[in-house]
Amino acid sequence: MSNLVESLSNSKTPNVPNWCPGCGDFGIWSAFKLAAQKKGWDSSNSAIVAGIGCHGHMVNFVQITAFEGLHGRSLPVASGIKMANNNLNVFSFSGDGDSLAEGCNHFVHTARRNHDITLILHDNAVYGLTTGQTSPRSPKGYVSKSTPAGSVEEPLNPLTMAIASGATFVAREYAGNIEQISELLIAANEHRGFSLVVILQPCVTFNHMYTHYFFQKNTYYLDKTHDITNKLHALEKSMEWDLNKIPLGIFYKVESPSYEDQIPVLQSGALGMRNIEVRNISDLYKGFA
Amino acid sequence: MPNAQSKTSLNPNVFTFKIGGEAGFGIMSAGLNFAKVATRSGYHTFDYTEYPSLVRGGHNVMQISVSKDRVDSQYATTDFLVALNQETLNLHEHELIEGSGVLYDSDHNIDVSHLPSYVKTFELPLTHIIKEVNGSMVMRNSIAIGAALALLDGDLNILKTLIEESFGHKKNDVVSINHKACQIGYDYVLKEHAGDVKKILTPISGFTFNPDAPSLLLPTGNEAIALGAVASGMSFASIYPMTPTSNILHSLAPHQEKYGFVYKQPEDEISAINMAIGAAHAGARSMVATSGGGFALMSEGYGLAGITETPVVIIEGMRGSPATGLPTWTEQGDLRFVLHAHQGDFPRIVLAPGDVEEAFHASMLAFNLAEKYQTPVVVLVDKFICESHSSVAPFDYSNFKIDRGKLTLEKQDGYKRFAPSPDGISLRTVAGSGNHFVANSDEHDEIGYSNEEIENRNTQMNKRMQKLVTCSAQDMQAPVVYGPKDADVTIVSWGSNKGPILEALKVLPNVNYVHITWINPFPVEKLKQLLDNAKYLINIEANFSGQMHGLIKQHTGINILNNFVKYDGRPFYPEEIVERVKGI
Ligand SMILES: Cc1ncc(C[n+]2csc(CCOP(=O)(O)OP(=O)(O)O)c2C)c(N)n1
Ligand code: SF4
Ligand SMILES: [Mg+2]
Repeated sequence: MSNLVESLSNSKTPNVPNWCPGCGDFGIWSAFKLAAQKKGWDSSNSAIVAGIGCHGHMVNFVQITAFEGLHGRSLPVASGIKMANNNLNVFSFSGDGDSLAEGCNHFVHTARRNHDITLILHDNAVYGLTTGQTSPRSPKGYVSKSTPAGSVEEPLNPLTMAIASGATFVAREYAGNIEQISELLIAANEHRGFSLVVILQPCVTFNHMYTHYFFQKNTYYLDKTHDITNKLHALEKSMEWDLNKIPLGIFYKVESPSYEDQIPVLQSGALGMRNIEVRNISDLYKGFA
Repeated sequence: MPNAQSKTSLNPNVFTFKIGGEAGFGIMSAGLNFAKVATRSGYHTFDYTEYPSLVRGGHNVMQISVSKDRVDSQYATTDFLVALNQETLNLHEHELIEGSGVLYDSDHNIDVSHLPSYVKTFELPLTHIIKEVNGSMVMRNSIAIGAALALLDGDLNILKTLIEESFGHKKNDVVSINHKACQIGYDYVLKEHAGDVKKILTPISGFTFNPDAPSLLLPTGNEAIALGAVASGMSFASIYPMTPTSNILHSLAPHQEKYGFVYKQPEDEISAINMAIGAAHAGARSMVATSGGGFALMSEGYGLAGITETPVVIIEGMRGSPATGLPTWTEQGDLRFVLHAHQGDFPRIVLAPGDVEEAFHASMLAFNLAEKYQTPVVVLVDKFICESHSSVAPFDYSNFKIDRGKLTLEKQDGYKRFAPSPDGISLRTVAGSGNHFVANSDEHDEIGYSNEEIENRNTQMNKRMQKLVTCSAQDMQAPVVYGPKDADVTIVSWGSNKGPILEALKVLPNVNYVHITWINPFPVEKLKQLLDNAKYLINIEANFSGQMHGLIKQHTGINILNNFVKYDGRPFYPEEIVERVKGI
């Protein structure tokens, strides 16, 4: 635990986190800083992006160059950063509303393209920042400000969707498991391609169903018998969600060239760090007369 | 299309050639070949295309204005019409004037019997000729252009060279069959009508075409914008296809490796602008291109670039609107949209080039302005500019210097990304430079941390808006006046109307034209001075509500009373401008 204490005092900013006491976001914050400490992630080698939601406040509490964009749009910004500088470790902090409602289109397409970025999805099954409406992760029957009689919609499953869409690293953790999350983030970052790390994140203020206690009681780790390269098994496991039966760990991991690995222009160093010069276009005049 | 009421042409120095037929059969490439024959013979051309939003079926037509001197517009009259189907004749016969010629496919049941006697008709049995050479239906164009060249004294060898250039990569017999086809067309009409040949495309004596260094190019506005972007060091483009700007992406995509930039097709325009912003955040020179509908989706990212002070170039090619509107037709209805899109205030620079040449330079300049002012720059064009080819000398950008503004890629001590400064511009850096900052869509402090304090809000807002003041002083360009300094009538307009207005001016000696190219910041003082000194003002623009009229009134207090607006998807014609001005 001394590692953890150290991480709380380094790679953080002068700002004091303003999440509700007990919020799962504290765990994700600590785990990220721990991983950053271990791997030396800083503004010279890493960039973080966030969506809008309670999760997005992260940019104010981590000492790494950040882009806090618009609700739902963290993934295209992250993809742009990675294409412009493929030497950077790129992390996107997003929420279940952010990535699965407003930005669901980007979620599917970023997975499909296998951009080499890590999406940390704060899954609290509710809209936290807007004070408690139903989210695409809320279970059927969920009572919230926007669904006073209980939601009649089925939730979306980000793990299943990501695997089906072409993500090459798909994992889940619970916000209380700080050391494990930090290991997982390191593995996700080292993986070449799109990595989804879903964190079950209790919203202590607005979600009284998915509490710390609930996740501590009902989660278990996938063991060695789970073949992480088998897509069908991974899909099957991703759909498991029951009392005492919520799997954690890496569901799916396969090697496949990332988007950036396949673009010839990006093989000669960071695009955004190159000298910008006036180009001679006279070769392009052919065909114009 | 306005009625050609007078049965004479407005400008006898301009010859208008039109080819029309069913969509999907290469009308546009045939027309372009005709324009290139003219170019390679020493003439200036301008072309204008009309087509429905379909890949096949529907009516396609291309008009090419040919002149010994610079020509900037299509005309309402047609001197020579190539009709590959009856519809072409039905839709365009009213444009024919004294002495016009009509070349028609006589195997296609086209009825020319009702045409007035002052129109000369030339039949061409296209199906028979195709059978003769064992060719295919797409060759009808080559045959027709071959025949047209014969009647206009054009050089068939140039057409043959063009055919070689476009089919050269295919099998040799494709070239030879097409060669044979155009030769048969050429010979056929000469045999029957040798006495009707007009010296329109006679190669200009003393002119030699140098394929390696042509003296005149024939790009579209889209191509000019793409060339400008490449010349200006653009390194990242994310463009979702949309008429009329898709050809920007088509022009860029093949050249990425050679010039070292990335073109990316995103999942939608929201993603397009966010990717471009992300790439710029990491140091790339970024651009997007779209039309009004795509820009509606980009509105969100437009202000994001504004508040995060991220440079991005946005090409907005207007078309008939709202919604899907008139997808393949022109309009200037998005002027107010680009000025006001997004909630709240942020500094936006909006340029509106008026022709292909201006489009090239605006495109180059936009990248400098975006980086210098760390804010979005819109280049506002329309279908008429984007898709019309026009003769221009090879672009001269020898004086252009890359200006990335206040930018450091090195690590700085005590760095503050959004530190206030008198000109509103802070020292920018990029992700990966080692300098910590937050590009934050929330209002933020000097480092970028979210901050909602009154003093900070005012400081940051004032700092951002100050950039427009600096830009007005350092970069904004005044309107350009064409025609006599003292005129009885002054036309005020902007964007692509420039071409038809300049053509109209050729026959209106006491009229001048004030051409506005900077929309934001707006050249208030200079424009006010020009308009105050004018004897009579008329405003011309292609939208329903007179958006520029309102903008001028808002900024200068001058209420122009004579407003000529049009919103039928067609560009202005010189004839209707002349008529309007003469009616004053
Ligand atoms: C375009 C847009 N629509 C709506 C909002 C309001 N909004 C802010 S955060 C949010 C939902 C947040 O939910 P989630 O992404 O799950 O984040 P959490 O707060 O739970 O971490 C909404 C709807 C917004 N900022 N922008
Ligand atoms: S509202 Fe919920 S998610 Fe937001 S800070 Fe509070 S506990 Fe965390
Ligand atoms: Mg949430």
